[in-house]
Amino acid sequence: MDIKKTPKKLNVKEKYRLMTRDLAWEPSYRDEKEIYPYVDYEGIKVHDWSKWEDPFRLTMDAYWKYQAEKERKYYAIIDAHAQNNGHLNVTDARYLTAIKLFLQGISPGEYAAHRGFARVGREFAGVGPQVACQMQSIDEIRHAQTQVHAMSNYNKFYNGFKDFANQRDRIWYTSVPRSFFDDAMSAGPFEFLIAIGFSFEYVLTNLLFVPFMSGAAYNGDMATCTFGFSAQSDEARHMTLGLECIKFMLEQDPDNIPIVQKWIDKWFWRGCRLLTLVAAMMDYMLPKRVMSWREAWNIYGVENGNALFRDLARYGIKPPMHWDDVEKSIDHTSHQIMLGLYQWKFGTAFHSWTPTASDIEWLKEKYPTTFEKYYLPRWEYAIAQKEAGGEYNNFGLPKLCQTCQLPCLFTEPDDPTQLAHRETEYEGEKYHFCSDGCQHVFEQEPEKYVQAWLPMPALMQEPLKGDLAAWMEWVSLEPTAAGEYANSEDKANFEKWRKQVSTD
Amino acid sequence: MAVVANGEYKFPSRDRVENYYGHQLLFACWDHHMLMAAPFMLFGAPDQKLGDIIEQQLKPLMQPDPDFDNIDWDAIEWTKSGEPWTPDFNKTVKENGLVHKEQFRFKTPGLSTLVPPQGE
Repeated sequence: MDIKKTPKKLNVKEKYRLMTRDLAWEPSYRDEKEIYPYVDYEGIKVHDWSKWEDPFRLTMDAYWKYQAEKERKYYAIIDAHAQNNGHLNVTDARYLTAIKLFLQGISPGEYAAHRGFARVGREFAGVGPQVACQMQSIDEIRHAQTQVHAMSNYNKFYNGFKDFANQRDRIWYTSVPRSFFDDAMSAGPFEFLIAIGFSFEYVLTNLLFVPFMSGAAYNGDMATCTFGFSAQSDEARHMTLGLECIKFMLEQDPDNIPIVQKWIDKWFWRGCRLLTLVAAMMDYMLPKRVMSWREAWNIYGVENGNALFRDLARYGIKPPMHWDDVEKSIDHTSHQIMLGLYQWKFGTAFHSWTPTASDIEWLKEKYPTTFEKYYLPRWEYAIAQKEAGGEYNNFGLPKLCQTCQLPCLFTEPDDPTQLAHRETEYEGEKYHFCSDGCQHVFEQEPEKYVQAWLPMPALMQEPLKGDLAAWMEWVSLEPTAAGEYANSEDKANFEKWRKQVSTD
Repeated sequence: MAVVANGEYKFPSRDRVENYYGHQLLFACWDHHMLMAAPFMLFGAPDQKLGDIIEQQLKPLMQPDPDFDNIDWDAIEWTKSGEPWTPDFNKTVKENGLVHKEQFRFKTPGLSTLVPPQGE
């Protein structure tokens, strides 16, 4: 009788090798150029794909185990939040503006990142980055899903949540993050990795993640908070993927350096323009503020950015072009954006309001050189209109920037009393930009940006032809979801229900 | 071709004038008056009188600014594509040299209620 042999158990190293690297093969009957048609055209040279290091060395079975555990915990908390009317724990219903903006603007971006990473996971010729990108793709769709579920309890009771998917495609301010991701998804695989994996998920990620998650914690939003905890370890992996991508490209061939530099310059600028919406959120939309945009920038932009680019200097990489213009904008953009969102509140699927007296004191303290001089007078005007029984709205449609798609409400870097105007003529047609940074991005790839779907110019074309009532229907914007917070159903309902659960 | 592409990459522009059924876009900016946060997008036909666009579209949009009632319309400094320009409100958009997506700007010297004077 044979003694049954117990099968040999694989150690971690062997498992990783067999279940990732060894899954690849050398094609024998098709040409590699047919199978991977996108790896050469960007000019990035790769001599040895096996040099791509995966610091996490995750196999799919380990991945599923960790993620499933997070999902179990996550949904238990989401259930408890819903069962206990967690929505009533937020500071007040003004806070919901921040997470409506998040759901409409950021969650669809997670979905776009999922598609983008799935695509590059297929297009890379090396098994190391293929596996890492495929895992990130699954992470990103999980983030999209968990964010939508985090919002679901609020969606039951408040306006502005339910039509996020349609609004993401059609409304005006959502075209800012939408075009950002469309730009990345229609770029080549290497550019996509520098755009999203490196610039967004490494350099700028804290400027998105920390404000929203801390904002949730400070304002009693357990659902969003718990999403943040659930995503945190995914984000750690994403950061290392981003850093690994750039190091891999820079180490493979010195010819890659100027290409990567151009991408860093472009995507840092595009990312900073996108983050102006976060700046407005931090400074204006949180009843209990965490820190100012200026403070967040000083830590996550200046300190961390300087350390990073000191590190990358040894490869010949310089800090991003337009860094100085970004620095000059930090004490201005949140105010410029929020004044804009306030005056166009009839067209947003979230509420805006004028700052209170204590908000104003906070803003003066955090922005001693800019707020009182440049922006308080305009807020005081809006407050005076309200006190007189009116409301300040701007029914003029704004000029949008061809590149970042924000309204051109930014000022000259050296003169905050003057809007910045930049114009380029390309093949007989005029294009407008909010800044040198955006003009430069356009001029590097005009064939791409002439195709930009700009919401305001599009509104005047077929089929809407400027009909604002038809536009509201087309973007699924119900009047109850728009406008001043003070008159909103959200405010009335929140206060009524809060009274019901309190003895005050 | 500036864009790096894996083949031919040429597409029509999304906002070309042909998409506006005989009309065109214009942009107008009242310098140093940023209560209205961004330049206005205006809409008209090339053979439309510029004065009609100014009266019917531009002036109502400028009205919220406290300086509006004090504007001396004869003292306005106009520019178009960065160059000084004198509009003729009785002539058409086309006769005024305003092509599709052109922006004109104007200054009302001495008026600065809500925004500090230039450069301050």
